[in-house]
Amino acid sequence: MDAAVMTMKTAEKFDGTQVRGDFPILRQRVNGKPLVYLDNAATSQKPQAVIDAMNRYYLEENSNIHRGVHFLSDKATQSYEAARTAIARFINAPAPRQVIFVRGTTEAVNLVAASYGRVRFREGDEVLVSAMEHHSNLVPWQMVCEQTGAMLRIIPMNDRGELFIDKYEKMFNSRTRFVAVVHVSNVLGTVNPVAEIIRIAHGNGVPVLVDGAQAVPHMRVDVRALDADFYAFSGHKMFGPTGVGVLYGREELLEAMPPYQGGGDMIKSVTYHKTVYNDLPYKFEAGTPNIVGGVGLGATIAYLESLSFGAVAAYENDLLAYATERLAEIPGLRIIGTAREKASVISFVLEGIHPHDIGTILDDDGIAIRTGHHCAQPVMQCFGIPATARASFALYNTKHEIDILVKGIHKAQKVFS
Amino acid sequence: MSALRELYQEVILDHNKSPRNFGRLEHPDRKVDGYNPLCGDHFTIFLKLNGDVIEDIRFDGAGCAISKASASVMSSVVKGKTIAEAEELFGLFHRLVTGEGDPMEQVERLGKLAAFSGVSEFPARVKCATLAWHTLHTALRTGEHRTTTE
Repeated sequence: MDAAVMTMKTAEKFDGTQVRGDFPILRQRVNGKPLVYLDNAATSQKPQAVIDAMNRYYLEENSNIHRGVHFLSDKATQSYEAARTAIARFINAPAPRQVIFVRGTTEAVNLVAASYGRVRFREGDEVLVSAMEHHSNLVPWQMVCEQTGAMLRIIPMNDRGELFIDKYEKMFNSRTRFVAVVHVSNVLGTVNPVAEIIRIAHGNGVPVLVDGAQAVPHMRVDVRALDADFYAFSGHKMFGPTGVGVLYGREELLEAMPPYQGGGDMIKSVTYHKTVYNDLPYKFEAGTPNIVGGVGLGATIAYLESLSFGAVAAYENDLLAYATERLAEIPGLRIIGTAREKASVISFVLEGIHPHDIGTILDDDGIAIRTGHHCAQPVMQCFGIPATARASFALYNTKHEIDILVKGIHKAQKVFS
Repeated sequence: MSALRELYQEVILDHNKSPRNFGRLEHPDRKVDGYNPLCGDHFTIFLKLNGDVIEDIRFDGAGCAISKASASVMSSVVKGKTIAEAEELFGLFHRLVTGEGDPMEQVERLGKLAAFSGVSEFPARVKCATLAWHTLHTALRTGEHRTTTE
């Protein structure tokens, strides 16, 4: 496990039932049954504190940021920039200017692919991505390779869903220019040894982008301890709003990169023929951003910091162990992704029942899971399956809900018996 | 469980378990792949035509119970029908699964297809039920290429 995870304090006890009241949507009933929300890897639910902060912003502060001289503009700017500072502290970034607001992980990866990759990659260069990438950390690299003539090489994994680190190490050569790798797999739940992956890349003078979309909700991420060059994540998967995310970048790399988009806010001065770009982070934030999203993400960080992350991680590990054990008991059920280091994501297939049918039958009991290829078709091809059913847990889930899931799966088997 | 039971009717479970006309046709007149990129369901439909009559039909591929049963039931109801009759059935079926109109009005013409009436309660599953039909439609209209439900 990563050093960042190991150093978390684990003394305090945490139980999901303590925080369920913070998430109003969980009180809902679906088809007459209490909602059992197990689709957290797709998106997580939002605590009242985040909803309130966003409401308050629109009720009391709404204005455009950075340019106004009036009271509201000043207030809005302060809230937005306070969120940036909170995020920098949360991920241990050296400075808030290294925290760039984007729409989400996907945009963060596209930004780096365009402003770093398209500019620097040459024909014959090599880019390494892992075999378990989400489409969002695969397709942008395919596109930039197509544009530059660089070649994409895939870091292979074993049948448990763990990367072959020894093989990865041997993939480096004089043409290797970049590594893009997922921290936690959204399908397999694998927690990749990113600190080691980065150390090996740096030993070869190659920078690394980490897709942290599934990691940030589950573990304390320290970008300095990881020594990541770029780290991307989304607000909505960590109990924050949709439409806002973060790209963290090493300062000298960001400084050397051209802007991603042109427009307002990313400039210092403009004439008809020449523009001087703004400083970090604004150089990469063209146009009026998702201000309320940033404010909401700031409130999310405050919420998460009010909890003991170590105790939460221990609780989620316990949930994962319990769910793994209960699901493994079900005849005909096969868990896809059995890495030794896993986050609370379980993909599975049932003999004779397509994941879609499982999803529909579980929904009838108010259980929300995800079914399909999870935007990771190559991972499905790797395991020789068209789709999986996936239950993914967050800090507000309980063992009782896992029991309901197990019952629901038995019911699906009965329907199809 | 009533909406669910309505969805997974005996006919559907039976056709899922033992699909009719499952397999390939040697030397088909038409062969079209159908694919639902959302869930990965994919079927290939093979047709043997005699003038404008569907003389034989087979399908191959994999998908959920709804999509597989739909392909199976479709294959059994369109066999021996003319292209125009098959297209008309598709129209009826489409209205049935999307909950348009009164399905009971058409119940006689729908025959076995009426088993899919429960689908209209599950909007996310309409694409599963219609994948094979869209594929057939493409095959009847154009011949050899690929269709998707997108």
